[in-house]
Amino acid sequence: MSEKKFSKKHEWVSLDGDVATVGITKHATEMLGDIVFVEVPDAGKAVEKEGQAAVVESTKAASDVYSPISGEITEGNKAIADDPGSVNTDPEGASWFFKLKIKDKGEYDSLMSKDEYDKFCKENPS
Amino acid sequence: MEVQKTALYNYHKNLGAKFVSFAGYEMPIQYKDGIVKEHISTRTHAGFFDVSHMGQFFLEGDETLIESLEKIIPADLKNLKINHSKYSFLLNNEGGIIDDLIITRTEKGFCIILNAACKENDIKQISQFLKEHHKHLLNNDLSLIALQGPKSVEILEKLIPGVANLKFMTGNNFEYEGENLYVTRSGYTGEDGFEISISNTKVEKLIDYLISNEVKPIGLGARDTLRLEAGLCLYGHDLNEKINPVEANLKWAIAKKRKEVGGFNGWEKIKNLLANGSEKIRVGIKPDGKVIARENTKIFSSDNNEIGFVTSGTFGPSVNAPVAMGYVKSEFSEVGTSIQLEVRGKKYGGKISELPFYKKSYVK
Repeated sequence: MSEKKFSKKHEWVSLDGDVATVGITKHATEMLGDIVFVEVPDAGKAVEKEGQAAVVESTKAASDVYSPISGEITEGNKAIADDPGSVNTDPEGASWFFKLKIKDKGEYDSLMSKDEYDKFCKENPS
Repeated sequence: MEVQKTALYNYHKNLGAKFVSFAGYEMPIQYKDGIVKEHISTRTHAGFFDVSHMGQFFLEGDETLIESLEKIIPADLKNLKINHSKYSFLLNNEGGIIDDLIITRTEKGFCIILNAACKENDIKQISQFLKEHHKHLLNNDLSLIALQGPKSVEILEKLIPGVANLKFMTGNNFEYEGENLYVTRSGYTGEDGFEISISNTKVEKLIDYLISNEVKPIGLGARDTLRLEAGLCLYGHDLNEKINPVEANLKWAIAKKRKEVGGFNGWEKIKNLLANGSEKIRVGIKPDGKVIARENTKIFSSDNNEIGFVTSGTFGPSVNAPVAMGYVKSEFSEVGTSIQLEVRGKKYGGKISELPFYKKSYVK
């Protein structure tokens, strides 16, 4: 598995061959608060870079989760739909949102590194 | 208008509050624990809420004050005993709800607790009916602290002996730190608890005491999930000027005597609605799955006709499921009726539910 890359909309991506795993960052979960509902995409759905792919809701509000990378969904993580609170406990591990078969590795390469993302969060406090 | 702050603003900041702009005030939406933990700790222990943004409106006058107020408030103020409180409303000419409120009889007149976003207009509306010799004051020198939860009585009784004797929806004057304060047994969470009216200069000391008794600070976020589980309305969402008390399923809050005799704003309209029912009515709603039906979610019948809309919806931490309330055509209001909720373009099943979602434990 490759190193994690990060988007400005607070998603992370890791790459295994041409299959990317996408989730939301710890920073995102801290901004959202208690997560109480998650909707993940079904396999076969095509998503565009920065297109809406999933939904996450906290006690406060509903937010869209975007795919930082374009491709075709191979799997949505049903476990987090059944237990939305698990996204708060392990957002960058077991509680990934979806996997997709990517078209263009260049999109992955253009995302931020961990250091760049941490700096981005510091400069753009919510 | 400049953003307003309550006397406890810096105190909240030191407690790690996240703030949100609410009705012109910078108010804590949550603290470090987050909404779900704050909600649960209120239900299992006790929590305090700074609700000093709400208006504490005092009126003084003779018997004619009652006549004046009864023109806009459909409570039986004549027979309201000193230190007793009622939930009621200000009504417009069409019977629409200008604000919902708690009115308490005091020795010299009345105290009305008004919603922060409405208080300026409320006072204008009430003033239309007042006589020159009626005195009134929106007291901004007072803070208002709600202490809610099963441990509230034990904790407050230690500090202010006598509060344990108060029954639900009654109040009294007490002494604290050499000053008078007014405590009522009431609240907005479905729990036993108190609302404490205390001078801005003493409020920090009171909060110090509560925190030393493991009472958690609770923000507006958990205040909303608590009140919704308790089936209580939020003005500006579940109630507004175009909704009347019959539609709001709050006809119980119009005094029996006033229902018979009338004499308040919108009486003709309300009399008719009381006799014939309203076209739409406020109901509780439980989505079947985990989906949250938030405000403005459209409601459909099982055969796909649009029948209403959601006015409040969230996840209820104590119910451990999503909960909502809204308005549906009256023929669909029976508890158990199957409905559909349109969320993000997709229809999800749900049912009309009893209110409250969470059983109350008031001390009567």
